[in-house]
Amino acid sequence: MSETSSRRTVELHWQPDLHEQPTILNVGPQHPATHGVLRVIVTLDGEEVIDAEPVIGYLHRGKEKMGENLTWHTWICHADRMDYLSPTLNTLGYCEAVERLAGLEVPPRAKFLRVILYELSRIFAHLVYVGTGALDLGAATVFFHAWREREKLYDIFDVITGHRMNNGFARIGGIQADITDEAAAKIHTFLSDFEQRVDGYETLLTNNRLWWQRTRDVGVISAERAVALGLTGPNLRGTGVCRDLRVHEPYAAYPEMDFEIPLGTRGDCYDRYLVRVEELRQSARIIRQAFDKLPQGEIYAEDRRFVLPPRERVVTSHDKEGVYPNQASMEEVIAQFKVVTDMKMPAGMAYRAVEGAKGELGFYLVSDGGNMARRLRVRSPSFNNLQALAEMARGRLISDLVAVIASLDFVMGEVDR
Amino acid sequence: MIADLTAEFGDRLHRREDCPDLPTLEIPPELITPVCTRLQQREETPCEQLTDLTAVDHSPRRPRFVLVYHLLSLAANRRLRLLAPLEGDHPEADSVTPIWPGADWLEREVWDMFGIRFRGHPDLKRILMPEGYDGHPLRKEFPQLGIDPGRHYREWDAGREG
Repeated sequence: MSETSSRRTVELHWQPDLHEQPTILNVGPQHPATHGVLRVIVTLDGEEVIDAEPVIGYLHRGKEKMGENLTWHTWICHADRMDYLSPTLNTLGYCEAVERLAGLEVPPRAKFLRVILYELSRIFAHLVYVGTGALDLGAATVFFHAWREREKLYDIFDVITGHRMNNGFARIGGIQADITDEAAAKIHTFLSDFEQRVDGYETLLTNNRLWWQRTRDVGVISAERAVALGLTGPNLRGTGVCRDLRVHEPYAAYPEMDFEIPLGTRGDCYDRYLVRVEELRQSARIIRQAFDKLPQGEIYAEDRRFVLPPRERVVTSHDKEGVYPNQASMEEVIAQFKVVTDMKMPAGMAYRAVEGAKGELGFYLVSDGGNMARRLRVRSPSFNNLQALAEMARGRLISDLVAVIASLDFVMGEVDR
Repeated sequence: MIADLTAEFGDRLHRREDCPDLPTLEIPPELITPVCTRLQQREETPCEQLTDLTAVDHSPRRPRFVLVYHLLSLAANRRLRLLAPLEGDHPEADSVTPIWPGADWLEREVWDMFGIRFRGHPDLKRILMPEGYDGHPLRKEFPQLGIDPGRHYREWDAGREG
């Protein structure tokens, strides 16, 4: 009896000051608010964040190593799987870099179609931000509204490319296929009420008092600091720095597009939200212009050293009546095989960056003159943006860390590559 | 863009003519800190942002490793590339984190992937590979399928049973 009672005696250490020892809190790697497999080691003083150290690498698949062991064409589908929220944008960006290395010029129609795909991808990715960013802070309604539009975009990509995501649609020197009337009609239907849908998200968030309290003056970063840390994209524009590669280093058909670059002023979570919402509208505007100005013509460059033969010359297909509209030619099949397996890239190096959904998506390619890259470097925007997490979260409450993570809008597939 | 640099550092800088996409300078590794400081602080076209820092393994050619810096001047909307060839198989270079704090993770990645050390880096540890990993995956002698990929699972299982 006495033994039991002595065991039950629990010595209570009364801690008069809970702030003496900082608490270490491990967030992730499996946590819904970390948008993938991100782990953050948070040092807390009470509820205040003293430090937040992101630990990354859980999704490292060695994309750059694969790039050194795959031919130039076969790596395209791996670019899809970096930022899997805007897959087509990645593959097009990679092809732009290879084209710069090869000195290829893409025909005008392909440039305009690329702009359409770039902007559809941007909407695709920004809708994830609007949806999950709001969901993280408790606004679950917006998530379902944003996913409704996203589902329509999945269908559109399915019709254009044949896949809902990870479509591998870009080709060096062009794009895989021309846009069909069905796809164009679907895009027009999608765009017809898209601005109203964006207004709908805004009625739920922009003037919402709760949303203000959770995002305004939270996660503030100054313009100088953002530049020094290597931030790009909407995160940098949220601080008021005007830098958009579509305007400053134009590619594809962007010089002929008329659009505005939304800028923030305070560099907080709310400004980053406003920038992305306005970019949704601007993207829709660009797609309409691209359709209006879409020229006729080829979608592949002429240079057969680097460019695949047209698909209808390589694949024999038949319709329901058994008629063969496409007859493959053996010479073209051989040509395609040689381009895929043994395409010699001129020796040298090239850096080409495109404005990804998260920021500057750059590809640095080094070639020895062989059919594979000596070095294939991906400068991923999410990697550099994530570095700012600690600075934005420091001195704020633990609940603000979630708001900062959501507003940085990174995707771990791109951080870890 | 680079005239004032050649005036200051003379023929220790070498303009690479075989890179048509960007103005490219080849610099000896001991000049990394002075050249980068100069570029970041100068009045006209300062390079405010380090866009990218990476390395290339040129083996079996010598010098084996080349550090590649992509710099950006936002004010002038111009880019500049610096190449710094490093001698040896396990080289060291000066860190540029005092100049651009964004170099922190980029240098950690170069250390993790290539085994190139950076003097003066605040916390040079692995970033993509787990702590305690052997080898540096982007070195050319590293096999594409990895070295003993199941090791960490076995250690984890052993730790769980014990």
